[in-house]
Amino acid sequence: MNARASFVRQRLVVVGNGMAGIRTLEELLKIAPDHYDITVFGAEPHPNYNRILLSPVLAGEQTVDEIVLNTREWYAQHGIALRTGVAVTRIDRVRRVVEAADGTRAPYDRLLLATGSHPFILPVPGADLPGVITYRDIADTEAMIDAAGRYPNAVVIGGGLLGLEAANGLKRRGMNVTVVHLMPWLMERQLDRTAAGLLRGSLEGKGLAFRLEAKTEALVAGDAGRVCGVRLAGGETLPADLVVMAVGIRPNVDLAKAAGLHCDRGIVVNDTLQTFDPRIYAIGECVAHRGQVYGLVAPLFEMAKVCANHLAGYGIGRYAGSQVSTKLKVTGIDLFSAGNFTGGPDFDEIVLSDPGSGVYKKLVLKDDRLVGGVLYGDTVDGTWYFSLLRERRNVAEIRDRLMFGEAHLGDTGHQGQSRALAMTDDAEVCGCNGVCKGTIVKAIKEKGLFTLDDVRKHTKASSSCGSCTGLVEQLLMAAAGGDYSAPPKSKPVCGCTERTHQEVRDAIRSQRLLRIADVMHFLEWRSPGGCATCRPALNYYLISTWPHEAEDDPQSRFINERAHANIQKDGTYSVIPRMWGGETSASELRRIADVVDKYKVPTVKVTGGQRIDLLGIRKQDLPAVWRDLDMPSGHAYAKALRTVKTCVGSEWCRFGTQDSTALGKSLERALWRMYAPHKVKLAVSGCPRNCAESGIKDVGVIGVESGWEIYVAGNGGIKTEVAQFLAKVKSADEVLEFSGAFLQLYREEGWYLERTVHYVGRVGLDHVKKRVVDDAEGRRALWERLQFALDGEPDPWHEPQRARVDLRQFEPLALAP
Amino acid sequence: MSDVLLPVCRLADIPMQGSRIIERRGDPAGNIAVFRGADDRVFAIRDRCPHRGGPLSQGIVFGAKVACPLHNWTIDLATGCAAAPDEGCVPTFEVRIVDGVVAVALPAGAA
Repeated sequence: MNARASFVRQRLVVVGNGMAGIRTLEELLKIAPDHYDITVFGAEPHPNYNRILLSPVLAGEQTVDEIVLNTREWYAQHGIALRTGVAVTRIDRVRRVVEAADGTRAPYDRLLLATGSHPFILPVPGADLPGVITYRDIADTEAMIDAAGRYPNAVVIGGGLLGLEAANGLKRRGMNVTVVHLMPWLMERQLDRTAAGLLRGSLEGKGLAFRLEAKTEALVAGDAGRVCGVRLAGGETLPADLVVMAVGIRPNVDLAKAAGLHCDRGIVVNDTLQTFDPRIYAIGECVAHRGQVYGLVAPLFEMAKVCANHLAGYGIGRYAGSQVSTKLKVTGIDLFSAGNFTGGPDFDEIVLSDPGSGVYKKLVLKDDRLVGGVLYGDTVDGTWYFSLLRERRNVAEIRDRLMFGEAHLGDTGHQGQSRALAMTDDAEVCGCNGVCKGTIVKAIKEKGLFTLDDVRKHTKASSSCGSCTGLVEQLLMAAAGGDYSAPPKSKPVCGCTERTHQEVRDAIRSQRLLRIADVMHFLEWRSPGGCATCRPALNYYLISTWPHEAEDDPQSRFINERAHANIQKDGTYSVIPRMWGGETSASELRRIADVVDKYKVPTVKVTGGQRIDLLGIRKQDLPAVWRDLDMPSGHAYAKALRTVKTCVGSEWCRFGTQDSTALGKSLERALWRMYAPHKVKLAVSGCPRNCAESGIKDVGVIGVESGWEIYVAGNGGIKTEVAQFLAKVKSADEVLEFSGAFLQLYREEGWYLERTVHYVGRVGLDHVKKRVVDDAEGRRALWERLQFALDGEPDPWHEPQRARVDLRQFEPLALAP
Repeated sequence: MSDVLLPVCRLADIPMQGSRIIERRGDPAGNIAVFRGADDRVFAIRDRCPHRGGPLSQGIVFGAKVACPLHNWTIDLATGCAAAPDEGCVPTFEVRIVDGVVAVALPAGAA
């Protein structure tokens, strides 16, 4: 029993057994499993199920059992008292008790309202007839399925998302379905007129009929008292044995209002999801947050995290509102919309319209930022556009290619696939961890996963190199529809904190923090010792912000930077000595050969960075290997300067215009031992033939007759990215100063594990040019700061004491005889 | 076959938030890793991650946990078990500290 459990447990009562309430409990149980005795009331007779998937159930693609998210066993395992089929009728805020319809009373210390919303019922004559229903829960769905088996004609009132999904499901079950819609086009809150026209065309192709700009006047009763028709303004009467009203929802605030809680469109909550009564929290569709009411599930996941944190008593985190996107869940129709898709005089619109093949895409931009869009017929890039929109990324540099999506940019590791939905179940999505599409889809459905993080934890897909993230997001979106929860735009460093990388960097600088413990204390880290994710980041931020002042903590570094060699799958290490600019000599090669013989090195390999890799060395042998090699550390194991690759240049090459090898060597001598947010690779080519492949390096230099061109932020790895032109300079000294200044800027501003390509993508090339090219004084200052940081930095292979290498790690413990 | 409590080193011989290994040549189950947490608690577990056999001794130690250096599974040092949703456990060994000397209950046999 832990310490917390020895206190008297508080009582938490949850009103509403839906996705909002239960997601909050899941988050709460993760961080404070013993804090509360929990009681959950649910008006429906079911445990928590995935409301998003009612449409596939109606369409006959899934069963009710398949969409249950938390079984009754789950509630029992976590000691939660579950009262299903019991509506709560009253909150007594003075006595802190809720009363239920069956007469039971449950006292609370904290109360969580997750009452969701009511479907709106049109106030027309006949709205209360048998056969007239709304579309909200399992009972409604079952009523529709039942009616479809017995009657021929259905009318759906409302041509929004829900109405169309209901109409499609009823049609699939064999009914004649007409959709009556008040507005001039379908889904007017998500689609512009053109996209809606295409949508209508394909739904008509599936056999649905439409009456647009049609007002329902009355519902007509037949002989048996059941509804038999819908009369429209203008006189037409549509035959209807079933009428589904899908004309909108409104937050269910009845209970809260009766208890005297402040409500407007919803129950008013602050950024911690707390209502005006500090003991009462509210979450989900029933709340109004900053004047906004959400009718989709996506914002829940962000709300639930914050709410759980405050319920647990940690008091960290704010909910700042969500951006939502929509996807219609009608099989065979691809539709995506987000943000402001209507545009207007102050906006730019990029439109691709190909009605013949059923594709329509519109992107709306303002000030070089994506603010909204509609995709019809091809929604593959929906998640990418949505993340550009949410992150408010400046797209000036990719505007001309924006419409063609992310796919053509060329991820590797999954056979060039960019359309997850077109892949077969046994096709590999994650090339790093060997995870197939079928495995991911199964996990999403069976385990009720909603976020990228969930999928990473449960399947490992997208958890290594991340190049398949787009594919996994597509699968999430396809399975969860528009309610797929995209990760919040400001991501915390790790589970130990809510702080982002930027906030941590800023605090270290402004508060002059010098030790990891001080950072954690100042920023109120949740877990006292941090974790394997945050500690290396903090250590890097400290030593890069305060060189020669902050003390390096080797125990907070990954093993490679602690052992100064690269760990291999069998626990042995690889050793790569430095060869300046890729040049070596007879005596170096002799020493390497001797080491290979003496330590029985199984594999010797020439690397892509023009050096020699000795693989399969036992850890105990490392210090002796370094001593015998008598060459500098190549830092091939570190988030640091790796290599400067060079071509032979003008000294030998008949095409060479510049001495690239000499420049490469001086760059490497100036920059080696430089730690960075991630690994850094350079190249220098002596002419535009570019034999050193400068176009895919963090800094690539190309010699031309009149000087040197400097390119930055290229990448040859997971995703090939061509480096961007930074500046052209005349002398080798200038190359050093410009390159050094750029790398120092990256060291000071980059986030840990962010390669230069991502760093420059985030801050923009203009920012980099302003600091490194336009501002000569600032450039010199950056370059000087880098030289200051590197001054006296030891070689860990040959000065282990100064480099704080713990040599005990190389010696196994000797047992006393 | 009973375990033998053998002194292996002094507490100060193990780096804080670090580890040392006891080599077990001839023991097919592999080496044993001895960890020291930030609060000076000491743990001994088999130096083989239940996932793909990674040397846990080489991982980053935080709290009473270690992150495997190969694929970042998190192993609880007290129970030897992987953090959910990963599944699997490694054997743990009893540790006693007397007068600053760390003793581990080693399986009898090859040492």
